[in-house]
Amino acid sequence: MKVNSPLEVYKYLPGDNCGVCGVDTCMAFASKLLDRSGQLNDCTPLLEDENKDKLEKLEHLLAPEIREVEIGIGDKSVVIGGDDVLYRHKLTFFNKTALAYDVWDTLDEDNLVERVKYIEDFKKFYVGEFLSPDMIAIRSSSNDPKKFADTVEKVMENTELPLILCSFDPVVLRAGVEKAHKRNPLLYAATMSNWQEVADIALEYDLAVTLFSPNDLDNLKSLATSFNKMGAEKLVLDPGTYPTGKELNTTFNNILKIRRAGIGGDKDIAYPIMAVPLTSWLVHKDTVTASYWETVLASVFTIKYGDVMILHSTEPYAMMAELHLGDTIYTDPRKPVTVDPGVYEVGSPTPESPLIITTNFALTYYTVESDLSSNSINSYLAAVDTDGIGVEAAVAGGQLTASKIKEVLELADFSLNEKTSHNTIILPGLAARLQGDVEDMLDTNVLIGSADSGRLPGWMDKNWPPEKE
Amino acid sequence: MTKKVKISELTNMLQDLDIEALEGVEIEGDIEIDIGGLGGFDPNLAHALGHETAQLSVHLANISRLLGYPVEQAFASASMSMAGQQPQMQPQDKQQIPFGSGRLSELLSAKLEVEPAQEWTHTIQEVTLGATSSDGGSRKSTVTIGGEKALPYYFDAPMPNRNYVTMDVFDMPIGMAKAVKVNYEDVMGDPGEWAKKVVNEFNADMVTVHLVSTDPMIKDTSPREASKVVEDVLQAVDVPLVIGGSGNPQKDPEVLEKAAEVAEGERVLLASASLNLDYERIAKAAINYGHAVLSWTQLEINAQKELNRKLMKQCNVPRESIVMDPTTAALGYGLDYAYTNMERIRLAGLMGDEELTFPMSSGTTNAWGARESWMKSSPMKDDSDWGPREYRGPIWEIVTGLSLALAGNDLFMMMHPTSVQVLKEITQTLYGSVDKETVDISNWVEIEMEVQ
Repeated sequence: MKVNSPLEVYKYLPGDNCGVCGVDTCMAFASKLLDRSGQLNDCTPLLEDENKDKLEKLEHLLAPEIREVEIGIGDKSVVIGGDDVLYRHKLTFFNKTALAYDVWDTLDEDNLVERVKYIEDFKKFYVGEFLSPDMIAIRSSSNDPKKFADTVEKVMENTELPLILCSFDPVVLRAGVEKAHKRNPLLYAATMSNWQEVADIALEYDLAVTLFSPNDLDNLKSLATSFNKMGAEKLVLDPGTYPTGKELNTTFNNILKIRRAGIGGDKDIAYPIMAVPLTSWLVHKDTVTASYWETVLASVFTIKYGDVMILHSTEPYAMMAELHLGDTIYTDPRKPVTVDPGVYEVGSPTPESPLIITTNFALTYYTVESDLSSNSINSYLAAVDTDGIGVEAAVAGGQLTASKIKEVLELADFSLNEKTSHNTIILPGLAARLQGDVEDMLDTNVLIGSADSGRLPGWMDKNWPPEKE
Repeated sequence: MTKKVKISELTNMLQDLDIEALEGVEIEGDIEIDIGGLGGFDPNLAHALGHETAQLSVHLANISRLLGYPVEQAFASASMSMAGQQPQMQPQDKQQIPFGSGRLSELLSAKLEVEPAQEWTHTIQEVTLGATSSDGGSRKSTVTIGGEKALPYYFDAPMPNRNYVTMDVFDMPIGMAKAVKVNYEDVMGDPGEWAKKVVNEFNADMVTVHLVSTDPMIKDTSPREASKVVEDVLQAVDVPLVIGGSGNPQKDPEVLEKAAEVAEGERVLLASASLNLDYERIAKAAINYGHAVLSWTQLEINAQKELNRKLMKQCNVPRESIVMDPTTAALGYGLDYAYTNMERIRLAGLMGDEELTFPMSSGTTNAWGARESWMKSSPMKDDSDWGPREYRGPIWEIVTGLSLALAGNDLFMMMHPTSVQVLKEITQTLYGSVDKETVDISNWVEIEMEVQ
């Protein structure tokens, strides 16, 4: 983005504070454009013909430093790139690293279909949504155009996920593209030896294309500059992922240099970056070892600027860690760390329902809430104001105490005697040491719940309702 | 948590879990995680699970091939044979090939110029832990952390010291995840043997002695009694030590004070001083007996500045005796905050904030609190199969630690031997000290894989 101040944006806006965009003033809207929480087409007056020049100017000024590239079609398409900063706390990172898991054209049909389905269906629940793989990479390990085309066709019959078509042989690549071009796949890859033929395919079908120049950033930039000149602007850069040794340090710094140059304003290299942790399998044969090392590489390049990755291991421990880390790094750091302190109803609680204590750290709160609601446990859930610190640390740090629990019940005007028939509080297992204090201060019964809220359902079976005194 | 939906709204989507499955989970939980630290270990259950565990252990042990073994060239021949098909031509060598309009016949030659960062003007303080006989201690070697002039592994400036791992030892048997526990069952209850095991077998650079039994809620061991454990461990191993209390803010200062006294001259790291306890007493113990202090705050950069300032100005702790622990949250449980907090602290230090130019330590062990690392299976019915937890746990610890390594963390407190091995391998590879034969990646696309 080429502007830092709302004033620089404001001067191209209508300036009449009409409010159509949803905020009161054009200046406030300018701020939203600047932190990318608002979009130009929210300002309908700007879309009118007479403002065409201003709109174009703003589009230019507000374009992210790293170009965005869309792959795939429909609901499942992914956008990669689009970043404006080197550190997520400076704004946020945009467009989570897209994870592509591979299939290849020497797989027999049953295994191919099974693997595609497994990748497509893999999901991991995480506070309110499912994390899942983003794409499928199809490799031609046969180097046979027909085999590749058949495999591409078979994969398309079984998934809507966006595709990466991988072959260094332009004839093979073209055979796949002829089947899949309507799905808007990403091509992999143009190299120093095949670039003209691959450029032909990319231009003919208007597809995004990866440029592969292992450990030579000058050649990579030469390729990018040339493709851009030819009119192929949807580019992804792969400087090669060396899996081990000193070359891995070089790979790390290559990726860093590309991104630093791009954010710094070198437009010729300001494209999304691809990393290929799959190269772990070039050095490790044992599944667990290769999967571990692949996950390690994926972690490094999720954090340091990889926008799209090709992976092989579909072991759950590898995929879960990879999916979680992508979500972690691309979560907007401007989002609140806390929920408002108070007593929340989960489901439809009655006087017989339990009162469960947790903290107002958003991750803790939402985890507990999802564990309760997804198991249909009607309950009251008290979010104690711990300054957004989780249970274990808040007990250690003194942010979760008996008086803090008392405070939240008073704040919510929640009287145990009026709202419940049992006068009982359930403390988190990790806050067991507060039991005596809470009993004394609130004059209630205290039960110690499970250490992990995922085990609350089983805990409830054994311990709820509490025995009458 | 990318959107702020109320999860109750999703209840209809998520179906009830069947009760039997949950009871299974509950029973397991009783043996694995007992946070009070008093839980027993059910040997019958261990036996029942033993076979599965043994098989999984073999696979985890295989990861040791990452260290110390020759690189496997499993795919080298395939890659070599393909390499010839891909001559790497320089731009000027490009042959003329006729193309349609708009196509280039020759590659445009370009160079990528990237300057080292200009804004990193300061150096992170170096802190040495442990003292050899020439410095009044009895350690065979010392560990020096810090000294960075750039973010870790960056080309801008060489990183002077590698990352180090200190492994946890407890002064009493404690509950822990099964995947961790299988490694320590033979030494649990004997901190000296435990320490020997992590150093001799698991390649720990340092040992952290946790005096958890001193907690009044656990055993209320006296500081004097607890300090005997410190003496035992000092005798048992010759690496530098970290000494931790129980986390009880009333008791820790006197426990650490006594431990500091018996470890006089050994230059241990006292864990920890924090704003909610008598940090002055801990600081004084460090100064009087020649130790370093871990300055622990909870995910808040300004609190970290405040505590460091107090340690320096109010307590006169020398700069070379301060290490920071800005708090580690596990992957999926706030790692984003922990990562960014550390990255901000390190960047501020490099840019000259003298209250933050200290090396950092991570309680990476916290990763074992994440349910993904220890729970037998997902509590969510719609989740895909989580696979064996024996593999999930170590990777959760690795990814948590590695993320923080990239944010600038120097020292890692860890538990699982496989995690330690892999974390050391990747951080030292990024550091540039791991020599391996170059792998030809030029035709990785054609790699033949077996179906998993």
